[in-house]
Amino acid sequence: MIRFTSLQLRAQAAVVAGALALLAVVAAGLLHRDDGTARLWLGVLVLVTPALIGMFWGAPLVAREFEEGTYRLAWTQSVTRTRWLVVKLAVVGLASMAAAGLLSLVVTWWSGPLDRTDLNQFATFDQRGIAPIGYAAFAFALGVLAGALIRRTLPAMFVTLAAFIAVRLTEFSWLRPRLLHPVLLNLPLNPASTGYGQQGTLSVLFSSPTLMPNPPDLPNTWITSLGIVNARGRALTTQLLSSACPGIGQGRGGGGGGGLGGHNKAPQAVVNRLQDCVAKIGTTYHEALAYQPASHYWPLQWYELAIFLSAAVILANVCLWRIRRS
Amino acid sequence: MNSTNTAATLLAASGLGKRYRRRWALSGCTLEIPAGRVVGLVGPNGAGKTTLLHLAAGLIASTTGTVEVLGGRPGDGPVQLARVGFVAQDTPVYPALSVGGHLRMAGYLNPGWDAAEARRRIEQLGIDPRQRAGRLSGGQRAQLALTLAVAKRPDLLILDEPVASLDPLARREFLRSVAGTVAGRGTNVVLSSHLVADLELICDYLVVLVASRVRLAGDIAELLASHQQRGGQPVRLDDLVVAAMSQTGDIQ
Repeated sequence: MIRFTSLQLRAQAAVVAGALALLAVVAAGLLHRDDGTARLWLGVLVLVTPALIGMFWGAPLVAREFEEGTYRLAWTQSVTRTRWLVVKLAVVGLASMAAAGLLSLVVTWWSGPLDRTDLNQFATFDQRGIAPIGYAAFAFALGVLAGALIRRTLPAMFVTLAAFIAVRLTEFSWLRPRLLHPVLLNLPLNPASTGYGQQGTLSVLFSSPTLMPNPPDLPNTWITSLGIVNARGRALTTQLLSSACPGIGQGRGGGGGGGLGGHNKAPQAVVNRLQDCVAKIGTTYHEALAYQPASHYWPLQWYELAIFLSAAVILANVCLWRIRRS
Repeated sequence: MNSTNTAATLLAASGLGKRYRRRWALSGCTLEIPAGRVVGLVGPNGAGKTTLLHLAAGLIASTTGTVEVLGGRPGDGPVQLARVGFVAQDTPVYPALSVGGHLRMAGYLNPGWDAAEARRRIEQLGIDPRQRAGRLSGGQRAQLALTLAVAKRPDLLILDEPVASLDPLARREFLRSVAGTVAGRGTNVVLSSHLVADLELICDYLVVLVASRVRLAGDIAELLASHQQRGGQPVRLDDLVVAAMSQTGDIQ
């Protein structure tokens, strides 16, 4: 069964191995290692590869057998379909992990010099190291399961993509910040570097403008939360802010020196008024910061790998259960 | 027939049914076929022939009832799988895999694989082993599927409408291959078709299935003899089947 699966996988595996070798040669020989654009695109390649593996290796694995009717050939050989699927999952799953792992290895090595000067390792967390191996295993198992449930290749591919993106976004924005206890830091409010406004684009719809302290310079860390709280840990409310500083936010923008909020240079009077306000608030409130320090980078990579590998094993077992009772 | 004497039974079904969501593809099918036969399974489209054969090959699990093939539960482990060779309707193969690749695949997956026999058959058909299976003609593809099923040396060969989509010449050649295989080995065979003429060439036992129910079953020679009127014209198998299909009651 292993030899049969290798026989079927041979052509695809050759293409992927060739592409990886070509990439390694190009990266080593032709791309300058201070080329920021190349670094960006190589990162994107590592980011999308697991999704492609799920769509093009995972989804068709069982779906195509149903679509073309070949399951009737495959499952009437002298091998139980449980064994058939176990071997397929193991062989193609390991190939997926190897492909994503090698790609990540090449990109991590190539980007090393730029990553070290950038001092922002968490920004490329999903594109380096061992985490992509877990993503690839998970995407592959997800694709196989979608194929086993839907039994049609094309819809299974799209469901795989959508589900993979949803899981990754949820994991990245909700689970990952909670995996390890962050380091907590309290700082006095600095009138010179605290702005007024909103962060992000979408948050305009959900939140009202508030004071925005400028985070301190913490190289290679990941700031997971940043807020203004009082001694009892209560956050600064909009009502409190407007009662302490009547008229705040009136008259275009009002960013302090280097604050995140302001776009245009505000008139000096507005800046002075904001700085007075921040000083007044600062007597009872302070800046509260939570961040993952640089030392958490590798533990988080291992956690990430373990989580996605476990999820892949669970999905693979659901596939087996589904195929056994079809 | 004694159903506990498993060695003597090719297929025994009792109250066998299969439901897909709300639709019953087969329901309440009870049937017993003695071993050592070349069985023709005939019936109109939708009678449940394919479902019955899929159940017998272990491809699907039954919703109700039981089925035994050569005394074992279909698809129950590699030994039972090795005892049954299956040629599915439309004879599916892997389009991107070469003919030789298919033979190698079957060699890997079947402990009883007869590589010399498989090669001989493919050679005899004049098929290039390097050719991709997706580029074979319908007749060649059916022959490849038959080769895969025969060279695993099963005790029972199940063929689900293998000739339905073939032209008359390919159809004749295919049935001749099946007949040659049967003569050489004495394998048990179940062949389904909706055309009696296909079955008449090679079968010695007939089962007429209409809406999951067995309308007629027995040795073909005996059936013909028993239905012939005294001193009258010999009965044609065709007429016998049509008569069985069009009657309303069940006969066992």
